[in-house]
Amino acid sequence: MHRLSRLILLSLLLTALAGCAMPPASAPTAAPPANLTVFAAASLTESFGELGQMFEAQHPGVTVVFNFAGSQQLAQQLAQDAPADVFASANNRQMQAAVDAGRIAADSPQTFVRNRLVVVTPADNPAGLASYADLATPGLKLVLAAPEVPVGQYSLESLELAGQDPSYGPDFVANVTGNVVSYEENVRAVLSKVSLGEADAGIVYATDAASAGDSVRTLPIPDALNVIATYPLAPVANSAQAELADAFVALVLSPEGQAVLARYGFDGAP
Amino acid sequence: MSPSPPRPRPAGRGRPDGWWLLSLPLLAFLLTPILALLGRVEGAHVLANLHSPIAQKAIAVSLRTTLFSTALVIVAGIPVAQVLARSDSRLRRLVDALVDLPTVLPPAVAGIALLVTFGRRGLLGGVLELGGVAIPFTQAAVVLAQVFVSAPFFIKSAAIGFGEVSPDLKQAAGLDGASSWQVFRFVTAPLARSALATGAALSWARALGEFGATIIFAGNFPGRTQTMPLAIYIGFELDFNLALTLSAILIGLSLITLLLVKWLLRPKGRGDAAA
Repeated sequence: MHRLSRLILLSLLLTALAGCAMPPASAPTAAPPANLTVFAAASLTESFGELGQMFEAQHPGVTVVFNFAGSQQLAQQLAQDAPADVFASANNRQMQAAVDAGRIAADSPQTFVRNRLVVVTPADNPAGLASYADLATPGLKLVLAAPEVPVGQYSLESLELAGQDPSYGPDFVANVTGNVVSYEENVRAVLSKVSLGEADAGIVYATDAASAGDSVRTLPIPDALNVIATYPLAPVANSAQAELADAFVALVLSPEGQAVLARYGFDGAP
Repeated sequence: MSPSPPRPRPAGRGRPDGWWLLSLPLLAFLLTPILALLGRVEGAHVLANLHSPIAQKAIAVSLRTTLFSTALVIVAGIPVAQVLARSDSRLRRLVDALVDLPTVLPPAVAGIALLVTFGRRGLLGGVLELGGVAIPFTQAAVVLAQVFVSAPFFIKSAAIGFGEVSPDLKQAAGLDGASSWQVFRFVTAPLARSALATGAALSWARALGEFGATIIFAGNFPGRTQTMPLAIYIGFELDFNLALTLSAILIGLSLITLLLVKWLLRPKGRGDAAA
């Protein structure tokens, strides 16, 4: 009798311990608690945050840990053997750097979203812009990102493309750059100058425009003249959580993952 | 800060003691980054960069705007300094605190404040627009940003200088028939001249280094609103050598200014003290 009560006590204790260790909702077959470390470009902060919660809900016991930073910084950290399971870069160059460093298998990166350039105006569009061509309107106050910033470089490339298009005319680039009142140090500064109404127009990523909500109006830049940034994604080659890493990549590429990204202004993969 | 009467010097003047030893860590911390920066600057790069249009434009914009802003600060700051130097009323203390405010505010706050005041959608934007004046993205915006952050340096120094002019002297001049302006012009201002010059130099150096308010309120356009600090910040990623060159020039100018100020503030010799 004494022995039996001990046994019961012991089994109760074990059950209690097991209960502590395992999340209450977990089924008996659930994987043990695990961390999935995702390195992602800073522009993915909001959308991947939401995808992370979705992933955790689908994989009880798994915690998604994000490291959001500039893609270049992330690639550098990967090259220095920082522990990571998934890498999402804002451009192919930094993904290639991670491949060159041996952290990503050469054939694994896949484009998961694209980010296009758009023209933004203040909500009331004081200059009455109706199309990309109107950026050449004399007297317009245009704000671009500085050419030293990637989006500023893309903006100039897009203007050059339009300049080669006969319908925009040979003076298009000169007329538009003549309207520039400021080359801002980052894309968010362009967005604030426009949403505050200090500038009549600016060129930003579609995702930035989406984040500004109703405070700006968005005008599309025609596809042929757009410089579209592609974002590649891949599991890290020597990940200790290879299966979970693959599952996360699959979620991002799935229709529901793509729907989340679209809500933040991204275009789907081609 | 005030040009005080000659202080009695302790006997062991100039000989390093324990305090010198203890001050070494912080002095080294302040000096080493400056030396490291200057050590990275190569003479050949400096010459090449000085010929680059970006650097030349930035230097020209900086010199032109700081000249204007310092002149504005002096003209508009002298009356404020006179107010501060005279009474000690509650109102005076309020003005005193107000004048100190820009020195403790982050410059970015100053930039946003200026934008919501003088911007197109700002408090005075409508009035300005009626007059056909648009300030953001112009050199006027750069000057306003510099005045906002640098005025306190001149006002505080000038107020101390004015406060040290003996009231008896001013009263005597008044009794001799001098007008209030003449008293200022021929008595107060000459006697406070080293404080005025010090204030102007400090204010100019602060305006020269102004960055945060400028980039927010005036934007960044080479040759128009891109001052040296902005060119350093924007150029940092693209052309580190250009940023280094401009940094070295700024350090040089600031150091010369500060040494000049120390020289102006040096304890006065006997002959000078009577003036």
